[in-house]
Amino acid sequence: MDIWSTLSDTFLDWESMKAVLPEMLKVGLVNTLILAAASVVLGTVLGMIVAVLALSTKPWLRWPAKIYTDIFRGLPAILTILLIGQGLSPITRHWWGPNPYPLGILALSLIAAAYIGEIFRSGIQSVEKGQLEAARALGFSYTSGMRLVVIPQGVRRVLPALVNQFIALVKESSLVYFLGLLASQRELFRIGQDAAATNGNLSPLLLAGIFYLIITVPLTHLVNHFDKRLREGRPAETEAVKLEELAHANH
Amino acid sequence: MRTIEAASLQVEGVELAFGTNKVLRGVDLAVPAGHTACVIGPSGSGKSTLLRAINRLLEPDAGDVKLGGESVLRGDPDVLRRRIGMVFQHFNLFPHKTVLDNITLPLRKIKKLDTDAAQEAAREQLELVGLKEKAAARPGNLSGGQQQRVAIARALAMKPEVMLFDEATSALDPELVKGVLALMADLAQAGMTMVVVTHEMGFAREVADQVAFMDHGVVVESGVPEQVFTDADSPRLRQFLSQVL
Repeated sequence: MDIWSTLSDTFLDWESMKAVLPEMLKVGLVNTLILAAASVVLGTVLGMIVAVLALSTKPWLRWPAKIYTDIFRGLPAILTILLIGQGLSPITRHWWGPNPYPLGILALSLIAAAYIGEIFRSGIQSVEKGQLEAARALGFSYTSGMRLVVIPQGVRRVLPALVNQFIALVKESSLVYFLGLLASQRELFRIGQDAAATNGNLSPLLLAGIFYLIITVPLTHLVNHFDKRLREGRPAETEAVKLEELAHANH
Repeated sequence: MRTIEAASLQVEGVELAFGTNKVLRGVDLAVPAGHTACVIGPSGSGKSTLLRAINRLLEPDAGDVKLGGESVLRGDPDVLRRRIGMVFQHFNLFPHKTVLDNITLPLRKIKKLDTDAAQEAAREQLELVGLKEKAAARPGNLSGGQQQRVAIARALAMKPEVMLFDEATSALDPELVKGVLALMADLAQAGMTMVVVTHEMGFAREVADQVAFMDHGVVVESGVPEQVFTDADSPRLRQFLSQVL
């Protein structure tokens, strides 16, 4: 019984959870979502550029992409975030003051781009050679053939892996806490941690964890959905063909 | 079939190597406008490579290719390929697009037709290959024979002057081969200039105006089907025919 009451005091202190809830919703959740969404967008764009460079036939385009991937995939995220977030802030503070968000987002995006670039590259490489050949035989340039035919197919195949990467980004966004945040800039983890320190128990952190799960668990199910659709083909389309045939039969 | 503006095609001394492996060693082939040339020969003789040298998917190392009497090797290969249709063994339809969009994509992006005009042209082609009702289907939901007919429609929609067929029926189930061959025969009849790499000796005998036998990267012998199939000069051709007929 003693163990139970200790655990309960540590994790299930409803009062301290209730006290921190408004701030967690209005400040923490919003900031986490901003950090994650901005890094997802920027990381995906950069990742696509890295993938296209890595697939180039020209070594002077391919090698920088490979070196980039090796570096940002090989360093601990926290080290990259500190190096970029603190290292570049003397320069960027002239542009937007001491706000750590832009550099935090940049660091998260650069890390994500290394992983996302590899995901895109493997997807694009898995598309049969005949697809580009057919596009080129029709008169498309290499660039148009890649853009209109090969890349859309490659991206579809790696959607599950891509969403997994987005989940990782949501979680890693907590690391910007190391850059020092103003009260209004705190994201879920930092708010949970501050409240935990004030209250002397971990319940606010548990609440932060629940919020992370509210974001990440639906994404996990999205992965499963994409995965299933890829394995089974696309039922919606079969349906469309059937409807079309029915329409014909009715004429 | 619609009116076709076919061009003549000349392949003159074309050579092509992959590294040190010489795949084409001076190929000559002359196809007058509206004629069908069937290219036969054993695997690895360079037949498919020859087709890719004609539309410059692979760049020839030496020799010349002339379309309508003009060399095509100096111009932009992307522009050249708009004048030459190609059909592949594995169809190579774009699986992420509907049948209709497979055909409208190049019409819109390359020929710069607006969506309505592109769809009209595409539906017209689909009707010609007997698949108008499949416009909204995905390629993956069609049989191999239907997919190949869509691939032919996609190539024809670009109004090419020459059509290249790379073993167009080799990947098909036997019962589906006939429909595709019939479509190709119709196209030949309508006056398209065609180069057909094939293992279908019956098709070559009946439809071709000329048959070229390739071996080790050269055209060993060519002539009208009658002569090639019944009165072959070269021992290599006679041996090849004895194995496939």
